[in-house]
Amino acid sequence: MTAYAWGELALQLVVLSFLQIGGALAIAPDLHRLMVERMALLSDAQFAASIAIAQSSPGPNVLYVAVIGYQAAGLAGSLLTLVAVLAPSSVLAVAVGRWGRARQEWRALRAFKAGMAPISVALLGSTSWIIVSETPGWRPAVLAAAAAVVVWRTRLHLLWLIAAGALAGALGWV
Amino acid sequence: MAFMLLGLQGFGGVVVVAQRVLCEDRRWLTRGEFVELLSVGQVVPGPNVCNVALMLGDRFFGWRGAAAALAGLLGVPFALVLALAAAYAHWASLPAVAGALRGMGLVSAGLIVGTALKLSAALRGSPLGVPASLVLGSAAFVLVAFLRLPLAWVLLGVGSVAWALAWGRLGGEGRR
Repeated sequence: MTAYAWGELALQLVVLSFLQIGGALAIAPDLHRLMVERMALLSDAQFAASIAIAQSSPGPNVLYVAVIGYQAAGLAGSLLTLVAVLAPSSVLAVAVGRWGRARQEWRALRAFKAGMAPISVALLGSTSWIIVSETPGWRPAVLAAAAAVVVWRTRLHLLWLIAAGALAGALGWV
Repeated sequence: MAFMLLGLQGFGGVVVVAQRVLCEDRRWLTRGEFVELLSVGQVVPGPNVCNVALMLGDRFFGWRGAAAALAGLLGVPFALVLALAAAYAHWASLPAVAGALRGMGLVSAGLIVGTALKLSAALRGSPLGVPASLVLGSAAFVLVAFLRLPLAWVLLGVGSVAWALAWGRLGGEGRR
């Protein structure tokens, strides 16, 4: 990659950083357009695999951005993409957090928090629905439902549950 | 810091681990406070859990806390995910490995649902009231899960209705 291409990529990612409303995956289509179609830094298959890798490994799923950067330009690429995507939104989050704490008593702000709470909870549920509904058959749904009940009702360590899922998958049960 | 443990354990959804550690193990936040932080984290651009970590780190320890929380959350998983990316090419062809990844993905989907169920207990004290919360929550769920509308539009649409409604309800209990 030329210095010019690095600069262009960083600049575009900084802009995209502010568009990640609702989560890092919100900008996946834009990243695809930029890095696969326009700049041709990686292939379509590499892009899809990057998202799958990031989702199947521990940590926040924003790391898919780092994997895409890695596929495009190695370690330096992964650092550049991750920092460019994270830094602007992070500064904004801290600023918004401080702004909100200074105005805790505002009616508009209290209304906002109260109003958004049920939506936040519902959105957690819909993410799961999408994952499960894309895996065919009834057994995946049973496995996911069992995990939901266990985490809801018990304090069993989460890694046991993940391990059980890995085992069920490795044996070809789901 | 605690966020390092969070990042490491968060297969598929760090929210699950974050909720357990912050509310149940460390008791830094109540479930209600957690939902509030998460709401703000979802609306502010950026990865939700990273935003929650940043705001929480900043609240307790200023900008250094925010930086430490984010670094803790991302550091080890960053190294792991790159190792995985490098190894992926010949791993993915083994059916057992692909199956295990699928199984882990399904369990983490279930864990997220379980966490949502836990957090919904915090909604009972909401000024919106239980019926309105249920309607708004189901509307958001249907729009995203079944109609597959982009999250930003759902937040804007259902979110503004919820905001207006909560504004009205808060007015009823006297201005402040």
